[in-house]
Amino acid sequence: MTALVELGGLEKRYEAVRALDGVDLSVAAGEVLGLVGHNGAGKSTLINVLAGTVVPDAGRIEVRGEDLTRGYDVTTATDRGIRCVFQELSLCPNLTAAENTRIVHRSIRGHGWHERARALIMATLDAVFPGHGIRPDRRIGDLSIGRRQMVEIARAFTETETPVRLVILDEPTSSLDSTAAEQLLAYVRRRQADGVATILISHLLGEILSAADRVVVMRDGKVVADRAASTLARDALVGLMGHVAQQPGAAAGRRRLDAAKVLDGPGPGGRHRLELRRGEVVGLAGLAGHGQTAALLAIYDRPRAFAAEAALAFVAGDRQADGVFPLWSIRDNIAVRSFAALRRHGLLDEGGVSELAETWRQRIGIRTPDVRNPILSLSGGNQQKVLFARALASAATIILMDDPMRGVDVGTKSEVYALIRQEATAGRSFLWYTTELDELVHCDRVYVFREDEIVAHLEQDEITERAVLQASFRADTEAVA
Amino acid sequence: MAAWLARTGVRDWLFAYVGAVTVWLVTVVIADGFGAMQTLTAGLGFAVFYVLVATGQMFVIATGPGNIDLSIPATVTLGAGVAMSVMAGSDAMIVPGFLAAIATGIAVGSFNYALIRALRIPPIIATLSSSFVVQSTAIWYGRGLSIKPPDALQDFTFARVLDVPVMTLVAVLFTMAMAVVLRRTVYGRSVLAIGQNPKAAHLAGVDVERTRWVTYTLSAALAGFTGALFAGFSGGVSLDMGAQFLLASIAVVVIGGTSVAGGRANLPGLWGAALFLFLLVTMLNAAGVGSGVRQLLTGVLIIAVITAAGGEQRGR
Amino acid sequence: MIIDWRELVRTSLPALALAALLGAIFWLQPRAMSYQGLNLLLNLSIPIVFATLAQMFVLTVGDLDLGIGGFVTFVACVTVTWLAEAPLVGVLILVAAIGLYAAVGALIELRNLPAIVVTLGMSFVWFGLAVIVLPSPGGRTPEWLIAAVRLRPPGIPLAILAAVGIGLVGHLLLMRTSFGVVLRGAGGNPRAITRAGWSMLQIRMTLYALAGLMGVFAGLTLAGITTSADANIALRYTLLSIAGAILGGSQFTGGRVSPIGAVLGALVMTLAASFLAFLRLNPDWQIGVQGAILILVLALRAVLDRLAGER
Repeated sequence: MTALVELGGLEKRYEAVRALDGVDLSVAAGEVLGLVGHNGAGKSTLINVLAGTVVPDAGRIEVRGEDLTRGYDVTTATDRGIRCVFQELSLCPNLTAAENTRIVHRSIRGHGWHERARALIMATLDAVFPGHGIRPDRRIGDLSIGRRQMVEIARAFTETETPVRLVILDEPTSSLDSTAAEQLLAYVRRRQADGVATILISHLLGEILSAADRVVVMRDGKVVADRAASTLARDALVGLMGHVAQQPGAAAGRRRLDAAKVLDGPGPGGRHRLELRRGEVVGLAGLAGHGQTAALLAIYDRPRAFAAEAALAFVAGDRQADGVFPLWSIRDNIAVRSFAALRRHGLLDEGGVSELAETWRQRIGIRTPDVRNPILSLSGGNQQKVLFARALASAATIILMDDPMRGVDVGTKSEVYALIRQEATAGRSFLWYTTELDELVHCDRVYVFREDEIVAHLEQDEITERAVLQASFRADTEAVA
Repeated sequence: MAAWLARTGVRDWLFAYVGAVTVWLVTVVIADGFGAMQTLTAGLGFAVFYVLVATGQMFVIATGPGNIDLSIPATVTLGAGVAMSVMAGSDAMIVPGFLAAIATGIAVGSFNYALIRALRIPPIIATLSSSFVVQSTAIWYGRGLSIKPPDALQDFTFARVLDVPVMTLVAVLFTMAMAVVLRRTVYGRSVLAIGQNPKAAHLAGVDVERTRWVTYTLSAALAGFTGALFAGFSGGVSLDMGAQFLLASIAVVVIGGTSVAGGRANLPGLWGAALFLFLLVTMLNAAGVGSGVRQLLTGVLIIAVITAAGGEQRGR
Repeated sequence: MIIDWRELVRTSLPALALAALLGAIFWLQPRAMSYQGLNLLLNLSIPIVFATLAQMFVLTVGDLDLGIGGFVTFVACVTVTWLAEAPLVGVLILVAAIGLYAAVGALIELRNLPAIVVTLGMSFVWFGLAVIVLPSPGGRTPEWLIAAVRLRPPGIPLAILAAVGIGLVGHLLLMRTSFGVVLRGAGGNPRAITRAGWSMLQIRMTLYALAGLMGVFAGLTLAGITTSADANIALRYTLLSIAGAILGGSQFTGGRVSPIGAVLGALVMTLAASFLAFLRLNPDWQIGVQGAILILVLALRAVLDRLAGER
């Protein structure tokens, strides 16, 4: 039997990061394939390649035995019956469910189009999520996030001219309640009989193991395991996602329990308090997008609620969206957080600004001949250093870090780790959201987030990859709080 | 050379000056050299009003996409009316008159900001709504207000030193000061930071709300002040005296090289653009072309400038 | 099924504002409740309704048209000159003008330009062309056009019939056809629209052309009502059309527009202006009443949104 989809030797680089490092994957018709891996393992890039939204640097894409590598794009994918439900919603919020269905089906037009679109989406919604209670004539923007997700999923299964052959579901159950999630998985299994294949990405390992025929595990841009689901257990999966040898608590023996608390407030979800002591480096772990950034922003915007007395600084992770001022020089990007302190007679002291920038260029090793060069002349890693310098150059003693090492090369990382430790020893406190397991060894303590709550608090000697992964991936049997 | 132009920001405003000088030279050639200085003097005088309102508009536009003050014309008219009635033709009341015009502007600006904040509407809509109310107030207040400006004020607006209007010299000093505010104060840097990325600015410790309030207040205060000065120059209040400043204030800012995408602004460009627009009128008049062609060319010029600058992120 | 009363109130705000305004007029001046009275009150509404709809089409893709006032002026000036003297040439000019509108949309899309500045430039262009076409106030509107806007259909004044008609056509076109869905979707989530294989260039050009068409109708009817024109005739239309569209529930971003709301918004704006004159109150406050009503409606909407947000 020819595979429905055959991917060979896919490679994709983003600056220093190898998102895909020679990935082979085949999906058979009617198969449910579970795809798991920790943050940055390459899952998203892989499905984006398959959906036609990311062009790989190298590799081969075949659909039903036809080589489509050249010029493979969204239209090619949809014409071959490949549908993708992305985590960010690709619905138009100002349109209704029926209207959004019309957008993706060119053939729904002319007289009576609305009734047909409505009938199509309602029939699919009824089939996938019986008793969903969604009115097809309400604007998507007015629906709850869970119902939006239902519409998006159901829309992927609607058929007009081309039959659906493969549906990629990226964390489909993340905003569905347990009933809807079960309905979806049951529907996916029912459609297997029609030959519809599904690729399922989920942080709920129980879900993967019960729904999938086969599980592919990715790590560091590679496929590290490809096995029948029946041969795997949850613990084995967790083991496959992490690195083999890992010594716990490389940061051993540094923590000072007697130090004063600089942050102290109720953690998200209310199960654990969120505390930070002077000189501590505390990690916020868990899968990406499970409420860590929101927690940092809550502290930044309402420091009083966390009994913060000292000044706070924020190191953004999404450099383009939250961090860099693209029109400014490196110098001004470093100094912006300190402008108020750099005044002389009410005016910015240009000499002081330059001096500050130059000091930090040297301290943190920003690779540029001149700090007056534009910020965009720097590589991503060096831009990130600028954002660190901005926070550390300021008077703030509490530093909030929002997954700042995204897409940063190894060399830069180790320089920054050393700097963080050095600053912590000098009395600064760090709250560090990171999506990379390796970085947690640099933390004194770790809070693990799942579904917008702190679900585990790991003391120094408990910080292991396995413990973090166990807490990040929920077993379905576990009671929902 | 190109790198130097880019780094110093001279490139942003050079175009406006090249345009102004070219147009002036053409005018001089058309007129066989007659009245070359008079043209320039007149231009420098008229430019003052455009530059003053455009300075406020520029700070507003620099705070990013969607930020435009549409209430400027109404505030100009209201400021003129208030100033003239406070001055009541008396030289002694000139300063209180200007202060009253500025205070009017501060009130309008604060109202604009309150609408933006309380109703969570785009600044354009907020300033549009308030402009209706302010304009109505100005018409009601200004109707029948046939007060002549104080003699000393009128004299001042026409005074010259070596063919350069005194008013222009003062305004140049003012814009130089505002250039320092833009580049060298925390407020000015905050405006530019917000214009590039409001979220990043907030996370970098910039007080976004306070900066917005100051910006809208500054714009309206300058509009009020300009109204008072313009009334002195033109011999009194007229009900539609502000109308020309709506499109002109935006045009001067854009031609002067300020980015409507936000975060990039400069003051020298305002003078270049204001002179350019005024001298263009003079040139076309000298060439015997009517006001229709003049407006047409102004429009084409604006579109050409923005297309040449193009490719930036969508400024909404 | 639970009826979301907040949403209901929210969508009916423009209608409520119109009803409140009409109620106030009828209460203060019962004679207004007649064919003649309504005719007088709504006399100027037809061109404003068209202009507001033009603005709404541009708002659909999240742009703002600062040139519509100039465009309506230009059309009115062409109407009282070329269209009266050489109808064929006049029609060609107007068709070309709509084409230029679509071209502006294309320029904005292709070069990724800020619409607000480009349409500001176009505003100068249209006003300039208006002066070139009609250097001094005057001209004469073709008789058929004057007769058309002076029609007195039995029972219901023309202005009301026109408003209902324009609102319905706009609603059907944008809200009910399968292509209208794509146009609105482009304002809501352009990425999703592009991903589904639609061309943003075509969409933007279509919307700008529709805006141009509405602008032509606005200019024609305005010239019909005034019987002559001048180069400042529609100076206020730019701001008035934005105010009307926003009052009618269209939003600045996200493709949330409402043709019926825009028509109602335009009627409110017209009534607010004629309200004072009709009651022989100080007409200086005409514009102020327009602004106050706009602020009031926006404030009510903000309150409703805040209540909804607290759920």
